[in-house]
Amino acid sequence: MLLPASRGPVSAAVIDAARGGDATVPPHDGDDLHGADTQLALWVVYELSYRGFDDAADDAEWDLRLVAWRRGVETAIEAGLRRRTADDVAVAREASDDLVGQLRALVAHVDGPPLARFLQRSATRDQVLEFLTERSVYHLKESDPHAFVLPRVDGPAKVALAELLYDEYGGGRPERLHSLLYADALRSCGIDATYGAHVANASGPTLLSNNVMSLLGLQRRLHGASLGHLAAFETTSTDPCRRIAAGIERVGLPEAAAAYFHEHVEADAVHEQVVLTDICANAVDADPSLRDDVLFGAAVCLRVDADAGAALMDRWTSEAAVAAHDSADDLVRSA
Amino acid sequence: MTRRGGEDVPVDGSPARREPVRARLCPDGPLLLRGADEVVAADGTVHPVTRPVVAVCACGRSGRAPWCDGTHAYVKPRRTS
Ligand code: FES
Ligand SMILES: [Fe+2]
Ligand SMILES: [Fe+2]
Repeated sequence: MLLPASRGPVSAAVIDAARGGDATVPPHDGDDLHGADTQLALWVVYELSYRGFDDAADDAEWDLRLVAWRRGVETAIEAGLRRRTADDVAVAREASDDLVGQLRALVAHVDGPPLARFLQRSATRDQVLEFLTERSVYHLKESDPHAFVLPRVDGPAKVALAELLYDEYGGGRPERLHSLLYADALRSCGIDATYGAHVANASGPTLLSNNVMSLLGLQRRLHGASLGHLAAFETTSTDPCRRIAAGIERVGLPEAAAAYFHEHVEADAVHEQVVLTDICANAVDADPSLRDDVLFGAAVCLRVDADAGAALMDRWTSEAAVAAHDSADDLVRSA
Repeated sequence: MTRRGGEDVPVDGSPARREPVRARLCPDGPLLLRGADEVVAADGTVHPVTRPVVAVCACGRSGRAPWCDGTHAYVKPRRTS
């Protein structure tokens, strides 16, 4: 993969530094924290710790300019997310004494946009394709952010996390890697399935929802939150996946595209049980101080993913408004 | 040495052993099954197990029986009294 085109001054400086250029990367100044420019820059910095870029300096991952910039942005994002989810975590703690009950209460408490329902019933073929493209930022590296947690836990939680990841990574069959199933789905629809292909056009909220996974996964201090994120993700998957599969079939896209989501109805019904009890509850039993971070991570997942879904739906709503406006103009003109 | 689905006989000729099959009931949810080779449905159809853990529907409402598909969350919990 090559470094993406920049989307503003922040990503321009970061991308130049990653390439080995001599750009100074000014510290984050509080502007545009959730905007596409800063979030693309952060995605690039994180990607240096995954598969990297063919045209980046080989040691850019530990370039001190990038590390310093990243720490400032991460601190601001984490502080904002802690403020934003404080009430959610409090609601969860009130609702139950046990962690599984608290996580379930959290999922019930945070409402998301009706994106899956919309895809199932009303989205156009183009909107379904747009959804698949936007989601590719994550699914082409599916589960990689949470895999960073494996060496940071031990005992039964480690065993269960390895078991879940083994399933995500194909269960011993390379052709069943979930990221590959998603690439197959994209290709069957004629969409570029190259790793990272759609990052440069993804919305700020989509990039943020990806970046928080890396933020929680790459910092050992936050590994409890990464597990909580995984719990919320898996626990809110089966019903949307069923609806999305139905939407894909409704608009007449190929079976391979629906197959990814059918597989996830079945897989995530398993993963939901494994992550709640075998991973999160065991991790908190082993280290009770993790409880609030597990709840924090779950709330983060629910909030940022709701934002990413809402951004997509807003785009479609405003397009529909423009189209309605245009056709009203046409009527006036032809009257 | 034991192997899922295998009938390995250790070289010393002692009786074959394999990992125990483990099942865990999830409250108001499926039965989590580890180490099984197949699940036989009520009509006798044999469903091979293809993942490290499977969730067998215990609520009777799954659209992907015998596997759980999350539908149990929309079924009223059984009264325990
Ligand atoms: S137990 Fe999950 S659908 Fe029946
Ligand atoms: Fe998956
Ligand atoms: Fe999953």
